[in-house]
Amino acid sequence: MERRDFVVRFAGEGGQGVVTAAEFLARAAATVGYHVMTFATFPSQIKGGPTYTQVRISTDPVLSSGDEIDVLVALNLEAYNNHKAEVREDGVVMYDTVFEIDAETRALGVPIEVLAKEAGEARSANMVILGALAHLVNMPKEYFQDFVAERFKGRDKVVDFNTKALELGRLHAATSEFQLGSLMAPIRPEGKQILIKGNDALSIGALQAGVDYYVGYPISPATPIFIFMEKNLVGPGRFAYQATSEIESITAIIGAGYAGKKAMTATAGPGFTLMSEGLGLAWMAEIPCVVVDVQRGGPATGLPTKTEQSDFQTALHPAHGDSKLPVIAPGTIEECFYSAIHAFNWAERYQGPVILLSEHMMAERSQNIPMPDLDLVPPETRETYTGDNGYLRYDGAELSAMPIPGSPGAYVANGSEHDSYGDTTHLAERHVQMTERRFGKLKLLEDGHYESEGTDSPIAIMPWGGSKGPGREAWEALIASGQSIGWYYTMFLHPLPAKLLEELLQKELVIVPELNYLGQFSSYLRTYGIRAESITQYTGLPFKVSVLEERITKRVEAHGRGVVRV
Amino acid sequence: MSAKNPEYDFKWCPGCGDFGVRRALEWAVEERGERTGEPIYNNVIVAGIGCSGNLVHLYEGEQQPYGIHGIHGRTLPIALGVKMGRPDLNVIVVAGDGDFLSIGQEHIAPQAARNLDITCVIMDNGVYGLTKGQSSPTGEQNMVTNSTPYGKLEVGLNPLQFFLSVGVSFVASAFSGKPRDMAKLMGQAMDHPGFSIINVQSPCTTYNDTFEMLKGSKNKGIEPALYDIPEDHDPTDWNAALEIARADGVPVGILYQEQYSQPLHQRIIDTIHPQFQAKTVPEMLEAFVL
Ligand SMILES: Cc1ncc(C[n+]2csc(CCOP(=O)(O)OP(=O)(O)O)c2C)c(N)n1
Ligand code: SF4
Ligand SMILES: [Mg+2]
Repeated sequence: MERRDFVVRFAGEGGQGVVTAAEFLARAAATVGYHVMTFATFPSQIKGGPTYTQVRISTDPVLSSGDEIDVLVALNLEAYNNHKAEVREDGVVMYDTVFEIDAETRALGVPIEVLAKEAGEARSANMVILGALAHLVNMPKEYFQDFVAERFKGRDKVVDFNTKALELGRLHAATSEFQLGSLMAPIRPEGKQILIKGNDALSIGALQAGVDYYVGYPISPATPIFIFMEKNLVGPGRFAYQATSEIESITAIIGAGYAGKKAMTATAGPGFTLMSEGLGLAWMAEIPCVVVDVQRGGPATGLPTKTEQSDFQTALHPAHGDSKLPVIAPGTIEECFYSAIHAFNWAERYQGPVILLSEHMMAERSQNIPMPDLDLVPPETRETYTGDNGYLRYDGAELSAMPIPGSPGAYVANGSEHDSYGDTTHLAERHVQMTERRFGKLKLLEDGHYESEGTDSPIAIMPWGGSKGPGREAWEALIASGQSIGWYYTMFLHPLPAKLLEELLQKELVIVPELNYLGQFSSYLRTYGIRAESITQYTGLPFKVSVLEERITKRVEAHGRGVVRV
Repeated sequence: MSAKNPEYDFKWCPGCGDFGVRRALEWAVEERGERTGEPIYNNVIVAGIGCSGNLVHLYEGEQQPYGIHGIHGRTLPIALGVKMGRPDLNVIVVAGDGDFLSIGQEHIAPQAARNLDITCVIMDNGVYGLTKGQSSPTGEQNMVTNSTPYGKLEVGLNPLQFFLSVGVSFVASAFSGKPRDMAKLMGQAMDHPGFSIINVQSPCTTYNDTFEMLKGSKNKGIEPALYDIPEDHDPTDWNAALEIARADGVPVGILYQEQYSQPLHQRIIDTIHPQFQAKTVPEMLEAFVL
């Protein structure tokens, strides 16, 4: 049997090399030309604790991490018990023979450590596993061998014991009766590919946008962005720094944005909540800055290492009073890169704070994507004032050029309601004028692009953020099965692209799959009069494609029967 | 830009100490400009929320520096943003005792550890003026205010001692009734390469009028609390400074100035830049190529 697709889950305890094994498999497969996607969950503790990483390898572009597992690599009994239910009927459990499992499972015991030592080095345990996996899907043994040779080039001993370990694992698996068919040879994607995680893609995107000031405070799952900046955002004119709290992060980047920098911070739910008052200041005083919220489960400390899309409404309205912040949410690793440039462009263009809403799911997963095109989204820079002193910074009802300290045009950037000079005032007509000025500037951001397909159908699905992949896979399956449903998607959540809004208003039903209890995005769409309803999930995990297919089908059927809400 | 701006609708009470501070800061900035040749728009005033912070609106025309009047208690991190974004700018924080020492207190020690090169002017009136007279950290124990109708329970905070103890590298004390002297201290603070704080006794004539206590009264036989720090005090001697801070009375002058003060932006140039190899975006992406 030929197969196009193969899902492996490595499960065990933190520190057992679960992630390393999975990343190695993903990288090896991607190097040969397969499409790969990993999905990782972590324990909160540093050492130990249950953890797993899933790798999907495919001859086609991968949209989701895979509903069912072909091979479960269980590194301890607990992992076996926790995950065996998700192994498909004809799948295999590969386990370490240091423990025993029930006899009825299709299970392949591998004496991992024994074989690794036989290969000459206990550290080569992962290679034993990969060798056995290669046999199960009939992969040419050269794939991994070549990868090992390349990866450890110049370190002959390491290449030697790893290659031996691969071979011992393969031979061991060959003594069993298990075979999961043959994974088709890869169809190498066109153009240069990179294998990258969402947080890294987003960080490099920010550098491409011209970020030159970053202050952050550690918090999962945003910490990798902070670490990246600390390491790379260095040199004259640049600053990356660890704050003492997220209150400090936000107010520092506001000070920097005011001083003319392209400033950014990244955080997750708890930190984002602390930024509330500061974000109101940036909106009020019209200061460009970018805040990344890598969503995890909430509220309070919530689920630090799980995925959720439950910060949308907070991102839109983080502060008290009348404000509604621009929100961009990438839905793929590739979009993590471009969305960072868009976020800075928006902040610079409308002179205010922009929220870039990422997710744990994307932050920590690796995927192959085409090498980003650096000409696709040209970085923008704010319009700055170049005249003499005596400028009315906040004059009029529209955006005006921004003076930068160190050049003429001194004014007071004011978080209190203010007049044209920036002086505090309580006059009713000023508050009216300035409120309208602040909201009016959002018009400058309505030019975002969006995806649309099957637009003739009165029913559409419109996932957002990380639910894009599973949503798209489910939609493709439904279309293939003859259903008529439209597809809409954009990462520009607020303001929505003007034309998209028009199109959505024509629909009888817009189904929004999203990972939160409240149905936050559909309720936002309804405020515009769009007949939108959510399919929600709040398990801390992404949607399974099969679950989405079923729930979308049910909702569409109910709509056919005239049911308005389910 | 407000004296001539009819829309600006905040005014200090007659006799408020903050008038003197405003005047002193204007002189100090002007004098610094003449001395260094730097234009006025190289100065940024980061103002706290309180009666005191409104000072930022009272400069106009040719003499108007940049200002940012943000949110309560966050002058220091905003200043971190401005200064580390643009180390060439002269950054001045103006804030009240409530703003700086209560809600914003968490930001003082970190700034001292960093030795952020800014100058802070604290208008200490021992009370929350703008919210109409509540107890503040520097108010004395047993003080009766509308939020402490039976007397304040906490011991009053000694700000000078606090600043010294967290390692602020320039600590001075001034009085709003002596703007010329204060302007001179401000000039010295701005010249100091590091984190400078001038704690100014700036009485609130409406809720906590301390003028008499500070200046004394011959008629009533009240000795003045204010005194000039003796000329033989060595400001590089931290222990001597601490002694002054802890002694009775309100000193005027420089208590402490660290001799070898290296500010944060200089530390970065000296220690981090030599270790760093800049990479371009294409080079970074290249590292992820399969
Ligand atoms: C987060 C927040 N809490 C409370 C307030 C209300 N508030 C405004 S000014 C102030 C205290 C001002 O006291 P101080 O800093 O000593 O300044 P003063 O008016 O005495 O000059 C308070 C509590 C606020 N603006 N923001
Ligand atoms: S209330 Fe006090 S601090 Fe505020 S303006 Fe009046 S005198 Fe000055
Ligand atoms: Mg006060």
